[in-house]
Amino acid sequence: MIPGQFAYHRPSSIEQAVRLLADLGDEARPLAGGHSLIPMMKLRMAAPEHLIDLGGIADLKGIRDRGASIIIGAMTTQNELIHSDLLAAKLPIIRETSLLIADPQIRYVGTLGGNVANGDPGNDMPALMMCLDAAYHVAGPSGNRTIKARDFYEGAYFTALQEGEIVTSVEIPVPPAGHGYAYEKLKRKIGDYATAAAAVVLSFSGGKVATCAIGLTNVSETPLLAEEAAEILIGTALDPASIAKAVSAAEAITAPASDGRGPADYRTKMAGVMLSRALQRAARRAAA
Amino acid sequence: MSTIEQVPVTVTVNGKKYQRFVDPRMLLIHFIREELNLTGAHIGCDTSHCGACTVEMNGMSVKSCTMFAVQADGASITTIEGMAAPDGTLHALQEGFRMMHGLQCGYCTPGMIMRAHVLLKENPDPTEEEIRSGIAGNLCRCTGYQNIVKAIQYAAAKLNGRTVQEAAE
Repeated sequence: MIPGQFAYHRPSSIEQAVRLLADLGDEARPLAGGHSLIPMMKLRMAAPEHLIDLGGIADLKGIRDRGASIIIGAMTTQNELIHSDLLAAKLPIIRETSLLIADPQIRYVGTLGGNVANGDPGNDMPALMMCLDAAYHVAGPSGNRTIKARDFYEGAYFTALQEGEIVTSVEIPVPPAGHGYAYEKLKRKIGDYATAAAAVVLSFSGGKVATCAIGLTNVSETPLLAEEAAEILIGTALDPASIAKAVSAAEAITAPASDGRGPADYRTKMAGVMLSRALQRAARRAAA
Repeated sequence: MSTIEQVPVTVTVNGKKYQRFVDPRMLLIHFIREELNLTGAHIGCDTSHCGACTVEMNGMSVKSCTMFAVQADGASITTIEGMAAPDGTLHALQEGFRMMHGLQCGYCTPGMIMRAHVLLKENPDPTEEEIRSGIAGNLCRCTGYQNIVKAIQYAAAKLNGRTVQEAAE
């Protein structure tokens, strides 16, 4: 399969990339790792006339420790996330989730920025970023701004990004030491999108859940933040009855499509199962 | 739209430097096979699932069907043709696939070997489970993977200076 013709641009700064996107308008698309865009182009479901390759912009790379938060450049690959000692120490759920994305070859190339910015509800990072309350730093023709992950996703492939804007980095608040975490993903095979997946980050105080956040992947048009389910668990000992209540609340906000991964009802139930497993695994990892 | 300008691409493949002018839309696998006439890397699924097109680029394993040649500008690439020594002596991985019957039709083999090469550089003595997750992006429809895993274990043992098992079961 051969994509349509396009002109290739490889800017070396964020400013140049943003200017190119602004000047070329609708017909231009930014290229990150390309593992969503290039397959679409090969199928001629996307046919941009200009590709702006972000691979030559050093400022989009790297993982920086800011103390209370960690800033990850948008072009940081999943493989780099997996091998970061800083993330392993402070945000181990990033590694756990990255290892469930695609396969080893694709993780050398696929980027965090591409995964969060293209708005595909099947991507794993968006629900995790909502769970972690991350913020996306964005550059565009009218300057820089920051958009919370929780405000970013509007529909399948529709996000809060305006024309000409690109995500330049992702800033993630560091959860308290001793937090429990888990990303549970049901998939049919390596490389598949989730039938359903759940991200959990929680902490305990005196044997009771003190903080809890839950994200759900690929069970709606957008990634979901299961706020009510998390709220139900605060103050409980994460006993089976409380987990069952939270699972019901989480299932209630899902609206998956029936597709090759199963009928909608099944995928909703699997979201509940993934959540239940993620909660229990997070609890085992958390300091009491 | 107007005529697309060709773009210069310079790559080092198997130690040799090449420069070509290409259409930006040319995929890296087409560049390697059709411009450089290195046909060891295969086109299998053409959708980034099967791994038959896997080559080594700047120390990473990449699926060359899902990358443009222009993205590889300046890169150092190794393909299966670059694995054996100039005198024809097989690389330990090639020897392992031969000794352990790690292939049947052979279509996936160049991708498997190139992926395993990076895996063993990063993790010189992997467990069976690490081998299996390490080659999860490469599909084989013949072998059931058993002898591919053994072939990689053979290469790891040989590269680590251990005695190697002589043949597959």
